Amino acid sequence: MENTAKDYKQIKGWGVDADPKNDPTYPMRDRMNVSQDPNSHSHPEPMQHDDTEMLKSNERPRVSAVYGTTVPPSGLSGLIRRFAFRYSENEYRHWLPLIVADRVNVVEGILEDFTHGKIPNIFAEKGYAMEWKHNRTAFITKMAAIAAVTAGVVVLLTSDSDKKKKSVRKDKGYKKGYRGYQDTHAL
Amino acid sequence: MLAMEYRGPKRVRAVQKPMPEIKHPQDAIVRVTRTCICGSDLHLYNGNVPDTRVGSTFGHEFVGIVEEVGPDVTKIKVGDQVLVPFNIACGECHFCKQNMFGNCHESNTMSTAVGAIFGYSHTAGGFDGGQAEYARVPYANVGPTVIPAGMDPDDAVLLTDVVPTGYQAAEMAGIQPGDTVLVFGAGPVGIMAARCAWLFGAGRVIVLDNVDYRLEFVRDYAPCEVYNFDEIGDPVLFIKKITDWMGADCVIDAVGAEASGDLMQTITGRKLLLQAGSATALHWAINSVKKGGVVSIVGVYGPTDNLVPIGNMMNKGLTMRGNQTSVKRLLPRLIEHVMNGTLNPKAMITHRMPLEEVADGYRMFSAKLDNCIKTVLIPSSANK
Repeated sequence: MENTAKDYKQIKGWGVDADPKNDPTYPMRDRMNVSQDPNSHSHPEPMQHDDTEMLKSNERPRVSAVYGTTVPPSGLSGLIRRFAFRYSENEYRHWLPLIVADRVNVVEGILEDFTHGKIPNIFAEKGYAMEWKHNRTAFITKMAAIAAVTAGVVVLLTSDSDKKKKSVRKDKGYKKGYRGYQDTHAL
Repeated sequence: MLAMEYRGPKRVRAVQKPMPEIKHPQDAIVRVTRTCICGSDLHLYNGNVPDTRVGSTFGHEFVGIVEEVGPDVTKIKVGDQVLVPFNIACGECHFCKQNMFGNCHESNTMSTAVGAIFGYSHTAGGFDGGQAEYARVPYANVGPTVIPAGMDPDDAVLLTDVVPTGYQAAEMAGIQPGDTVLVFGAGPVGIMAARCAWLFGAGRVIVLDNVDYRLEFVRDYAPCEVYNFDEIGDPVLFIKKITDWMGADCVIDAVGAEASGDLMQTITGRKLLLQAGSATALHWAINSVKKGGVVSIVGVYGPTDNLVPIGNMMNKGLTMRGNQTSVKRLLPRLIEHVMNGTLNPKAMITHRMPLEEVADGYRMFSAKLDNCIKTVLIPSSANK
């Protein structure tokens, strides 16, 4: 990457916002402590009223004057989210369950699609048409690699389970035979 | 109405959703005419922001036409063309009174650490975003700003986030005339931060990234020195060498959680989610700024923890500043800069797509295909 020297003072707008008073900068420049604010808990009136279920951070005493009402908690992911909100934002018990809930929610989303008679078009939703158009070779290589790894894993697992089955069958045969021998012997 | 809908990591689609409604007397409904995909949308897209619910609509950069207003809305009216700052701010709380419109305490019930942001998970308030034909805009007396006559809507849409965030990154860096400013990241915000560093009187501006076409763009646009960190060995050592072994006076992290460049950070931060994103850029920023320098953070990280050399911050006597951008505070000055030609945001727009192709837009931006820098989505209802 080649760089060529330029006289920076010729750059349009150079220094127009240079200001010695810019230190300390925002946000400290405008800071005000709570005692300087005669009404530090002021909020717009009225408060939003809505029946939609709202999960509230326990680090605040009440809901905010307005709030989002999209996608209320529901299903298993909703249960996990409600659990998470029992803990403060300082706790892993707040954030980690939320991440788990997000993943559970993805599965719920796929099931929801199926229950509505819709098969999710994963190819389109992932925007693979763009990869096909602008990055075809790498895309094909990536897909081939994923397919190969997936096939390898399937083969590995299948062969393992075949071996286990054979081994179980052998074990069973041996035990049966042994029992038979014992039984025979006992007779 | 048609809207983008999140279905899971790297899966989005355009679907029909119910029209938004007025929920509060200060709400407005805006018909979206331009909306962008932002670099920070990729944190949501990749499933890295906790409480990102399936069915949500993203999009915090949008402009449009006011379709409906609540009874208490007095500052805008039906038919106005408005740009909508990405923060939802009440204008009355303790923080808004300090011009901290990005830290409003009366818009986000679900988290105290972050103010509400349009279409940015329930952690950021649970509001649907502007990647839709229509959007609910709370506190319409505070945020939405009428687009000045003669301003190109492509410039206006970039004033909702990218331009103010780049500008604030430079502002928070406390640049003094002649300072050497190092910017990590040549995405739209990094490009704008590099451009704005000159406005504060920088003497030298350096940008590091590993995407050549973006480096070439910012080299000519800002203009500035650029280096591909894949080609320079240890980037911190390299910066020390080219700054007379002192380090940069000010360093800006314009990357955030999606950073590449360090395998350990990538695996623990992006793949395993054991930390709140990959903190490679911040790690490098702390180590490449000079003693007593300033690190300005506008890259977005998650709400948990990150591995950074915080001991070096103490030992080097650094100042670290960061914040969500206070768009409303900065708009008057930035509108001036755009109208008089000092800043030319729309030059960053490389792609325009119909909203119906939102999944392709995300893939293109995320994978940096077709030399993509900034993608604008245009709903079909924009030209009603």
